[in-house]
Amino acid sequence: MTPDLAPPAQHFWSRALANRSFFVGFIITAVVVMMAAVSYVWTPFDVTELNIAGKLKAPSTLHWFGTDHFGRDIFSMIMVGARNSIAVALVAVIIGIGIGVPVGCWAAARGGFLDEALMRGNDIIFAFPALLSAVMITAVFGPGAINAIIAIGIFNIPVFARLARGAALALWTREFILAARVAGKGRALITAEHIVPNMANLIIVQGTVAFALGIIQEAGLAYVGLGTQPPFPSWGKMLNEAQTMMSFAPHMAIVPGLAIVITVLGLNLLGDGLRDVLDPHLSRERT
Amino acid sequence: MSKLRRIAVAALMTTALMPMVEASTALAAKTSLTMGMVLEPPHLDPTAGAPAAIDEVVYSNLFEGLTRIGSKGEVLPGLAERWDVSEDGKTYTFHLRKGVKFHDGTDFDASDVKFSFDRARAEESTNAQKGLFAGIENIETVDPATVKITLKSAAGSFLFNLGWGDAVIVAPESAEGNKAKPIGTGPFKFGNWVKGASVDLVRNDAYWGDKVSLEKATFRFISDPAAALSSMLAGDVDAFANFPAPESIPQLKADPRFKVVVGSTEGETILTTNNTKPPFNDVRVRRAIAHAIDRQAIIDGAMFGLGTPIGTHFAPHHPAYVNLVDRYPLDLEGAKKLLAEAGHPDGFKATLKLPPPSYARRGGEIIAAQLRKIGIELEIIPVEWGVWVPEVFKGKDFDLTIVSHTEPQDIGIYGKEGYYFNYTSDAFNDVMAKMNSETDEAKRYGLMGEGQKIITEDAVNGYLFQLAKAGVWNAKINGLWENSPIQANDLTGVSWSD
Amino acid sequence: MTLVLTRKLLWAIVTLIVASVVVFLALEIVPGDPAQVMLGINATDEAVEALRRSLGLNRPPLERYLSWISGMIVGDFGKSYTYSVPVWELFIDRVTVSLPLALLSLFISAAIAIPVGVYAAARRGSAADTGIMAISQLGIAVPNFWLALLLVYVMAIWLQLVPAGGFPGWEAGVLNGLQSLLLPAIALGLPQAAILSRVTRSALLETLGEDYIRTARAKGLSRRATLWKHALRNSMIPVVTIIGLQFAYLLAGTIIIENVFYLPGLGRLVFQAISLRDLIVVESIVMILVATIIIINLLVDLAYFWIDPRLRRRGAR
Repeated sequence: MTPDLAPPAQHFWSRALANRSFFVGFIITAVVVMMAAVSYVWTPFDVTELNIAGKLKAPSTLHWFGTDHFGRDIFSMIMVGARNSIAVALVAVIIGIGIGVPVGCWAAARGGFLDEALMRGNDIIFAFPALLSAVMITAVFGPGAINAIIAIGIFNIPVFARLARGAALALWTREFILAARVAGKGRALITAEHIVPNMANLIIVQGTVAFALGIIQEAGLAYVGLGTQPPFPSWGKMLNEAQTMMSFAPHMAIVPGLAIVITVLGLNLLGDGLRDVLDPHLSRERT
Repeated sequence: MSKLRRIAVAALMTTALMPMVEASTALAAKTSLTMGMVLEPPHLDPTAGAPAAIDEVVYSNLFEGLTRIGSKGEVLPGLAERWDVSEDGKTYTFHLRKGVKFHDGTDFDASDVKFSFDRARAEESTNAQKGLFAGIENIETVDPATVKITLKSAAGSFLFNLGWGDAVIVAPESAEGNKAKPIGTGPFKFGNWVKGASVDLVRNDAYWGDKVSLEKATFRFISDPAAALSSMLAGDVDAFANFPAPESIPQLKADPRFKVVVGSTEGETILTTNNTKPPFNDVRVRRAIAHAIDRQAIIDGAMFGLGTPIGTHFAPHHPAYVNLVDRYPLDLEGAKKLLAEAGHPDGFKATLKLPPPSYARRGGEIIAAQLRKIGIELEIIPVEWGVWVPEVFKGKDFDLTIVSHTEPQDIGIYGKEGYYFNYTSDAFNDVMAKMNSETDEAKRYGLMGEGQKIITEDAVNGYLFQLAKAGVWNAKINGLWENSPIQANDLTGVSWSD
Repeated sequence: MTLVLTRKLLWAIVTLIVASVVVFLALEIVPGDPAQVMLGINATDEAVEALRRSLGLNRPPLERYLSWISGMIVGDFGKSYTYSVPVWELFIDRVTVSLPLALLSLFISAAIAIPVGVYAAARRGSAADTGIMAISQLGIAVPNFWLALLLVYVMAIWLQLVPAGGFPGWEAGVLNGLQSLLLPAIALGLPQAAILSRVTRSALLETLGEDYIRTARAKGLSRRATLWKHALRNSMIPVVTIIGLQFAYLLAGTIIIENVFYLPGLGRLVFQAISLRDLIVVESIVMILVATIIIINLLVDLAYFWIDPRLRRRGAR
């Protein structure tokens, strides 16, 4: 095998838990994911049940985060909304990795005109103002979670393509790759066997960053009314609804905002920690 | 006079003058008004487009018609000082005001009137209310100050119609440029238009009538309800004729700085149902829906209590209104039974297309939750007006939608062939035909009542509430209209106290 | 170097052409009819048809595409359907809000981030460094529209220090104009500052770790002199890259903030134009923005050459 950079599993966990960023980020992310998972089987209140008479209640022991303008329990909505945020951002990342990494690897393996053309294709996507394009995409296909995923996912593609290409180009010059080429292995095989495994760490780290960004982007789209549609709760939409009621029901704006901040913070910390843990070479205090 | 005395007098005069100076600066600060509007007009020519936002900026302020509509819906003289109507009611002779000039300095006379109406009637005209002029047989300029209009048949509403924004008088020299730089005869003239933000009007010092007390009027376009509230609280906007955030009304009412006037509109807000599309073609399904709707919850939840429940398609403030609110009381068991009878014991799935206003978006969310209780799962599809009109209104491609029908006394749409909710009833059509040939008002009202009962019995649409309108303005402003008989923000009588 | 530039220019042109096709096609399949939207619900079909004819919407798509493109080449960006004024005029109107806003927030971002980043790098590992890193980590996680909401309520409504929103126009005075751009610029700038400060810090640390810096230190240059003279200039590449990216983002990606503060900027213009189906406005403005972003990227590339002499030689080869 190649001199793999990835450390063995047990080694990984012992080092990871010693890393402060990773530890805090991991805990936060785990809590958010658990909240989302639990919401499938249990929430304190039904989020589709409206109770107009009990609207706009401040946080209390009954409603931990208060109720919204329809009398729904905000804590329950945050739980179910976490599901939505995670799903949209995660699928968008998977689209980015699923298309971007093969494109980047292919460009690096073939080089020449193909490389140039693929990378220019990337530049074209980059040249579009992302949010405006998301607005256009949702105007064409109608608002909704699926279209939000597509809109965010498309802009993840060039990010991963560039990253993969850069990493692959660096790896192609390494001795063990040269050795494999001398041994007569084809480019595709080398890419699959050696290149991709060796850039996995990098992709995972970038993946967490894109995941965090995706959560903010999804919230932004939902905030302007183009994301997930009712009755399914979404953090961005909750913020939008809270806007006009901020002066008499501030909890409606503060709670979903904090949920976004904490989740994104957790993911970013996790990403930082992963970078340090997975690849000591990269840990020279990058952002 | 000794030097000392001169100084003393000077000092006295200065102190005497000082309060005056202060008073006048205070007054000077109060000769402008910033009015908030939800929608920005696409252009400023009221004779070439339907959007109400155009009239809300220019009507009576910038453009004037032969007649004008007052704050209570009465017809007042406008550019026509007075008029005579012939015995048969077909010929109107208008005596125009003299000495009226357009803002560009050109004179107003009878030829401008003929030009304006001929332009509106022409085949290639883009006037949104061409129907107003359809009854005109002939327009004749008797002399520069007299116009004679002959109608095809007598029409009692003709003078009122001439007061619409679509019938204002424009000049041939400037008509084409009115979209971007409107030239009218009104007490304000066009100042500046920052696209996407605001339109400024400035006082027309050459106005033929009484000068208005405002030197400058700014219309600022704020579509976002949150921004509307913050701009009002921060004092960036002095008035909103139709405040877009009902949830903020209690807060604004409690604030002594503001005056809040809640009035009614002609808008019946209904859950429009596609009457030919299964399963909604079954009256039992429509009645089940009617039994499942809790109107008060919708009014409280979507409109924060602003609005009057309605049981039919008629405005509650109209004398012919019949209160049918209790025809379908909230009864979930009864609703489920009706659904079962109609062959849907487990309910069904359908779509609910919602246009942008918050009554529709919020109301739709509440209705979806209410109908879920009887097993009807609604998929909410938010659409922009640009999609709603071709898809729902023209294409009739929908199950349910929510919209406010704002035309006055528009129950006649239930007899209109091919209207988007696809309702046909011979009984209703008979009643309407009788009503149209009836001249006695009491009998007409009786027939209108019958019509209301028929559509409620058939549960054609879900009748929700009469849309309310909340005007909010600085308590120191006088003279703003409390009701809106026509789409306008008439600022001609507006002034600031103190 | 000229060779590199020519190639980049050629690709920029290809990018523009592809982008124009994508934008045009996307808007072709957007449901909704501009003429219908403009005339409203009660318009007769013939009136809608008449308007479609006068807007030229009844022509075949290819013909409309070609006339749009050929118009743009000679600087004619078409005429807005709804406002019936040239798109170029609308663009100029709006860019006088968006550009100052982008510059102001970029200035806020850089003015905070670069000193803070340098300070943190210089005192690496200290409590101050840790604190700065923690705060910036938090800053990255804050969505700018949430920050905007909080700012409006605290600064404009409770304290009444600045206007809650709106834009008086530059005619009302530069100061008034800047005042109403201040809150949006802060809301946009602070999260960007968080990112930029981290970039600055790590770029600086990286250069400080390189051999020539150690050499300079060994030659007896003071720590501070090393930092300012050598390290800072050489760590500017990532910083400039990020600033370029942020500028492009700020110019067009501020729709949400423009909505919160109801500023008549470019993003909101396009947003409104999409909902009114004012297709020509969307198409032309998006193309102008795409072109701007391409130009910014070219300028960033040029900045590399200026900052790093080594690249200049490499490019000339």
